[in-house]
Amino acid sequence: MIKKIFAKGYLWLLLALLYSPILIIMIFSFTEAKVLGNWTGFSFKLYSSLFAGGMHHSLIDAIINTFVIAFIAASVSTILGSIAAVGIYNLRSPMRGVMNFTNSIPIMNPDIITGVSLFLLFVSFGVSQGFTTVVLAHIAFCAPYVVLSVMPRLKKMNPNIYEAALDLGATPFQALRKVILPEILPGMISGFILAFTLSIDDFAVTIFTIGNEGLETLSTYIYADARKGGLTPELRPLSTIIFVTVLVLLIVINKRAEKQKKE
Amino acid sequence: MQQSSYIIEVHNVSKHFGDKTVLDNINLNVKKGEFVTILGPSGCGKTTLLRLIAGFQTTSEGEIRIAGKEITQTPPHLRPVNTVFQKYALFPHLNVYDNIAFGLKLKKVAAPVIEKKVKAALKMVGMTDYEYRDVDSLSGGQQQRVAIARAIVNEPEVLLLDEPLAALDLKMRKDMQMELKEMHQKLGITFIYVTHDQEEALTLSDTIVVMSEGKIQQIGTPMDIYNEPINSFVADFIGESNILNGIMIHDKKVSFAGHEFECVDKGFGENVEVDVVIRPEDVYIFDPSDVAQLTGVVTSCIFKGVHYEIVVQTSEGYEIMVQDYHCFEAGRNVGLLVKPFDIHVMKKERSCNTFEGKVIDDSHVEFLGCSFEAPAAAGFESGEKVVVEVDFKDIILQDNEEDGELSGDVNFILYKGDHYHLTVVSDWGVDIFVDTNDVWDNGDCVGISILPESIRLKKLQEDAE
Repeated sequence: MIKKIFAKGYLWLLLALLYSPILIIMIFSFTEAKVLGNWTGFSFKLYSSLFAGGMHHSLIDAIINTFVIAFIAASVSTILGSIAAVGIYNLRSPMRGVMNFTNSIPIMNPDIITGVSLFLLFVSFGVSQGFTTVVLAHIAFCAPYVVLSVMPRLKKMNPNIYEAALDLGATPFQALRKVILPEILPGMISGFILAFTLSIDDFAVTIFTIGNEGLETLSTYIYADARKGGLTPELRPLSTIIFVTVLVLLIVINKRAEKQKKE
Repeated sequence: MQQSSYIIEVHNVSKHFGDKTVLDNINLNVKKGEFVTILGPSGCGKTTLLRLIAGFQTTSEGEIRIAGKEITQTPPHLRPVNTVFQKYALFPHLNVYDNIAFGLKLKKVAAPVIEKKVKAALKMVGMTDYEYRDVDSLSGGQQQRVAIARAIVNEPEVLLLDEPLAALDLKMRKDMQMELKEMHQKLGITFIYVTHDQEEALTLSDTIVVMSEGKIQQIGTPMDIYNEPINSFVADFIGESNILNGIMIHDKKVSFAGHEFECVDKGFGENVEVDVVIRPEDVYIFDPSDVAQLTGVVTSCIFKGVHYEIVVQTSEGYEIMVQDYHCFEAGRNVGLLVKPFDIHVMKKERSCNTFEGKVIDDSHVEFLGCSFEAPAAAGFESGEKVVVEVDFKDIILQDNEEDGELSGDVNFILYKGDHYHLTVVSDWGVDIFVDTNDVWDNGDCVGISILPESIRLKKLQEDAE
C-alpha cells in the first residue's frame, strides 16, 4: 500500500515538475499584471489585447508567418515523404535498411546541428536567406517524420494489391492513385499533422535560416522580445493558445495511431 | 506467320535472381479452355512461372506468347489475363461492388453495363446480395469468391490462380474446388492453377505440370501422372508410393525386394537398374498362403478413415506400405501380392554420382571445390580433366559440418524400402546423391566425406570442337 502511494506520488511529482512552468504561464495569462508572478485579479484583457492588433502588429505578422510556413512545409514534406516511403518500401532488403537508417539520421540529429549545417549550405551557395530558406529548411527536417508515419501503413498493406490493380488493367500511375494512395492516406494525414506541429514549434533551425531581412516567426519573435527586456505580457495568452493547439494536435495523432493499431 | 492453336506458349523460359536459377528452360503449351495445374513443392518456381505469365516479373531468357501474340515484355495491365492471388488481395478501401467493378471502370465501360456484369459475376460465385458489404467483414472463403468474381468479370482469355485455396480450411477448400471446376466448365476460359496440394491438382485438372527445382518433371493428365510417373520425384510427390530399387531382367520381368516379378513394362534392355513404384492401394494383403509373392510381419497399422495404412516388413528386410479396408494388427504374419499391371517401372535417372574434376597429383583429385585423396589418380597426369564417379552408398554424411571435407543441406528424401536416397545440395550448388540407412531431415546441414578407395576416375571425353 505504502509502495503504491510512493509510486503514485513520485509520478505526480515528476509531472508537476515537468508541467509547472507551462501551468504558471497559463494561470498568469488570465491576469493583467505586467510582471509575471503578480496576480492582480482574473481578467481576459491580455487575450483581447493580443487580438486587438495595433501595437502588436509585428506579433500578429509573426503568427501569420509561422502558420504559413508550417502549412507549406507540412504540405510539401507530406508529398515528398510519402513518395520517399513508397520508394523505400519497394527497395530490396539490404538497400531498404540503408535508406531507413539514412532517413532516421535527421530525426536523431540535434536541431542545432541541422540549423547550422543548413545555414552553411545556404551561405556557401550564396542563397539569400529569408522566407524561402526557412520553408526549405522546415521541409528538410519534417519529411523524415512523414516517411516514418507512412511506412507502417505500407508494411501493413497486402503486397499483392498493387499487382492486383495492374492485373485488372490499371497503369502503374493509376494503381498508385487508386489503390496505394487510399491505403496510405491515414499515415499521410498523421504525417502532415506531425510535420505541422514540428514546424510551428521549431526555433533552432529557424533562427539559423531566417536571415536578417526582418522576417520573424513566433519562436524568433519571442526570443528577440525576451532579449529586449522582459516578455511582453501578451505572450502569456499566446503561449497558452499554442500549447493547447499543439496538445490537441498531439492527442489527435495519438488517437489516430491507436485506431490504426486496433485495425 | 503460323497461327498457333495454343492460348499460352512458354518457350525456353529461364529466370534468374542473382546467381540463383529459379526457372530453368521451361517449355509449356496450354490449349484454349484447358484447366492446367502447375504442381510442385514450395520453392520449385511454380509461382514465378505464373508471375511471368501475368507480367509481374520479366523473363531472363525465352519468350512467352498469349493467343499467338508475343508478350514477353508487355506490362501486366496490357495482358489479356487476370489473376486470383493466394491472399485475395482485395482493395480494403472499396466495398464488394467497387472491388469487382474496378477493372471495368478502368476500361470506361458504361455504368449500367458494369452493374449488369458485376451482378452476373456475383451470381457466378454465389455471392448475390453482398454488393455493398465491406470486404474486411467477409470470411476468407467469401473474400476469395469476391477475388474470383473481380477477375472473371473482365472476361480474360486466361485466368491465373496462385494457390487460391491455400488459406482456407479443409471443408471450405473441398467446396471451393468443386465450384471452381463448375466455373471453369461454365466460363469456358483457360485456367492456370498453381498449387502444392497434389490432391487438389488431381481433382481439378485436365493437365498437370509437375515442377521441381525450376524444371518441369512431367506434363500429363492426372491419370498419367498418377499411374505412370516418369521418375521417383513425381512418384513420391503424387500420392503415397513404395519406391524400390530394382533390376529389369528382361522385358516383362523385373526383380526387386529379393524376388522376381512379372510386369508389363518392356524396352528397358536386359539387367538394367531401375526404380520400381507400387501404389499402396495396389498391394494385396492376406494371411500367409501359397499365392503370396512376399511374406512379412506387420509393423504398424493406422486407421485413416476409409482405409487402414499398414506397414509390412518383408522377410528380406524391405518395408512396404499397404492400404486395405481390413485391419491387420502389428505383429501379424501376412502375405503380399502385386499384380503385374500394378508394377510400374521407371528408368533410373542415374546410377552413381558423376562430377567433373581435375587431377592434382598422383594421389589427389579436385572436384566439388575440394581436394580429395584418391589412389585412382595414379594413372592420370596432373592437371588432366577427368570424370569422377562415386557410388551413392560410398558418400558418408556427418552430423557436424566440420567433420566432412565439404558441407551441404539435405534437400530431398526418398525412402526406398530398406534405405533412404537423399539429395544433398553442396555449398557449391551441386547435387550429391546419397544412399544411407540413417534418418535425416529435410534441411539438415551435414558434413560430407568420401572414402578415397571409392572414388573412380575416367578420362573426360572431350567434345570435338
